[in-house]
Amino acid sequence: MSAEAVTAGGADPPLLEVEGLVTRYPIARSLAGTLMRREQLHVHAVEGVSFSVEPGEMLALVGESGCGKTTTAQTVMRMVDSDEGRIRFRGRDISRLSHRQLRPLRREMQIIYQDPYESLDPRYRVRDTVAEPLRIHGIGSSRAERDELVEQALVQAGLRPPELYLDRFPHELSGGQRQRVAIAAAMVLGPQLLLADEPVSMLDVSVRAGILRLLDELRRKGLAIVMITHDLSTAAHFADRIAVMYLGRIVEEGPAKDVVRNPLHPYTKALISVVPKRDPRDSTRPQILTGETPNPVFIPQGCRFHPRCPIAQESCRSVDPELRRPASATDPTHRVACILA
Amino acid sequence: MTAEPVLKVEDLHVWFDIDGGELHAVQGLDLDLRPGERLGLVGESGCGKTTTILALMGLLPPSASVSGRVLLDGEDVLAKGEETVSPHRWRDIAMVFQGAMNAFNPVKTVGSQIVEPMELHGIASGRAARAQAAELLDLVGITGSRGDRYPHEFSGGMRQRAAIAMALACSPKVLLADEPTTALDVMVQAQILELLVRLTDELGLSMVLVTHDLPVVAQVCGRASVMYAGKVAESGPMETLFHRPRHPYTRMLFQATPDLYGDDEVKSIPGVPPRLDRPVPGCAFQPRCDSAFARCVDQEPRLRSVGEAQIAACHLNDVPAAVLP
Repeated sequence: MSAEAVTAGGADPPLLEVEGLVTRYPIARSLAGTLMRREQLHVHAVEGVSFSVEPGEMLALVGESGCGKTTTAQTVMRMVDSDEGRIRFRGRDISRLSHRQLRPLRREMQIIYQDPYESLDPRYRVRDTVAEPLRIHGIGSSRAERDELVEQALVQAGLRPPELYLDRFPHELSGGQRQRVAIAAAMVLGPQLLLADEPVSMLDVSVRAGILRLLDELRRKGLAIVMITHDLSTAAHFADRIAVMYLGRIVEEGPAKDVVRNPLHPYTKALISVVPKRDPRDSTRPQILTGETPNPVFIPQGCRFHPRCPIAQESCRSVDPELRRPASATDPTHRVACILA
Repeated sequence: MTAEPVLKVEDLHVWFDIDGGELHAVQGLDLDLRPGERLGLVGESGCGKTTTILALMGLLPPSASVSGRVLLDGEDVLAKGEETVSPHRWRDIAMVFQGAMNAFNPVKTVGSQIVEPMELHGIASGRAARAQAAELLDLVGITGSRGDRYPHEFSGGMRQRAAIAMALACSPKVLLADEPTTALDVMVQAQILELLVRLTDELGLSMVLVTHDLPVVAQVCGRASVMYAGKVAESGPMETLFHRPRHPYTRMLFQATPDLYGDDEVKSIPGVPPRLDRPVPGCAFQPRCDSAFARCVDQEPRLRSVGEAQIAACHLNDVPAAVLP
């Protein structure tokens, strides 16, 4: 490890450490609005998010659409610039690095997307899709060497034997196979961190488990994974830790089992109560919140969840709660942003 | 339950003309829907769920040919094609589509689109129809006055509610819901499912819920039919399907679905469903089945009774338990 990659502390820093991340998107004003100097409004997509991920760990970022989970991933990948906060990768702050400086780091952080029908170039054969990152990063001195790496990546992604897939086009593959090709193209560079944005939500039930188990296998081999999902059952099953997001904030974070079995934030409790269970006998009374997630342009004062919260008190209108360990938590790393927890 | 079924489907077949052949999408399907019942129709994509309910609505494209009987309160609505279906479409049998966004015309107000089927079937017109449309919107949880808004002014959840209001415009007896919550967030999904349950309970409406999401069916429907390759593989009360499935496909579908509290290993189902543009020999699920044996390769299993109100098409049910793998 190079000198700059080590922080002053001595102990190894987490692989990825995000601290107080803020990402806002300005809303286009009309010409008249600009001339009249109307206030510039922003979508507050990410509003102070902190978390860390260790090698071999899977963190699930869970929440409804518009909660900021995808923007969080895109900001961590530096595909979107943050307005505040730090992103440390192996101890090094990468939040202000130039694109040139970022380039070598791209090998170590990869992202896969929801829709393998759109993320693969339809004109590229599997071989070329998976070799593309190698060419970009100038890895492998010969075609033969690159082919070898491509085949290894396909095998690792469960596309065996690789010869069967190398010359196929995306339209000749099933949805599950396409997602495996996308994973192979991400893994061919040997990254340490993989961001997976809803990796199975477009896939058929029958193949979802296979993709999730593949990610699980990669995690066991030491890959750190941040999985973005709206599906709590998937998160409960495959993630080590779960972070629940609401309106740009993490409102609860902890070991997956603790968050699912001992949820402490009223929003998490409600979310968990409405997840349909497989067993028809297993029907707890769902606690359905009315309305939909509010607009992230005008974030409520105080606790952002208070207008929909079933137990909100007067003080919730003014106090913006911090993420902290409540007395009712059984695990020391279980944190909740609720003054009543 | 002894009540006469409100909807009875007998030996339904659907073929699509495709380049150089025919695709046999639905292959002899039987369904019974009793008054006030919620029936799930589940399976992977391409198993024929949506084709089935489009056939019930008479909404298949011209490239499709249909045979069989669809009895709505005893009357065969398929008998003379469009001529016999159209008086019932939206009037007695209505549908909620998967993408509520696409169910509405973007340049007409939501209210005027709810009024349309009422006027078409002569149920109400003019001011009376608009008043009824507002009541329907109230019923599904949208302030009635919002009927003069356009579809794009509604959120996804509200559009799905409005689509339900539109389906209810002519007080149908049967509601067909095709993946009504697939694109929605869990909380909004819960709101819509609660609404569908409340409506069927309060209005005595019968519903067929089409979805690939077994937990949704488990929580909403009393009974379900599991479809595979255009046929019913198993059908029965939801509790029985989960606790005592008699078709490996049903069991494997449940095993492929992670459960919030379940600790059991989640397993994918290997392979893909067979192509339906050629005859499938033996049991269609055999190549993917974890319990297949010699007979499954060349003999097609028949649907037969395997328990109380439970039917399944699997040779394992004919074999003494001792020889099972």
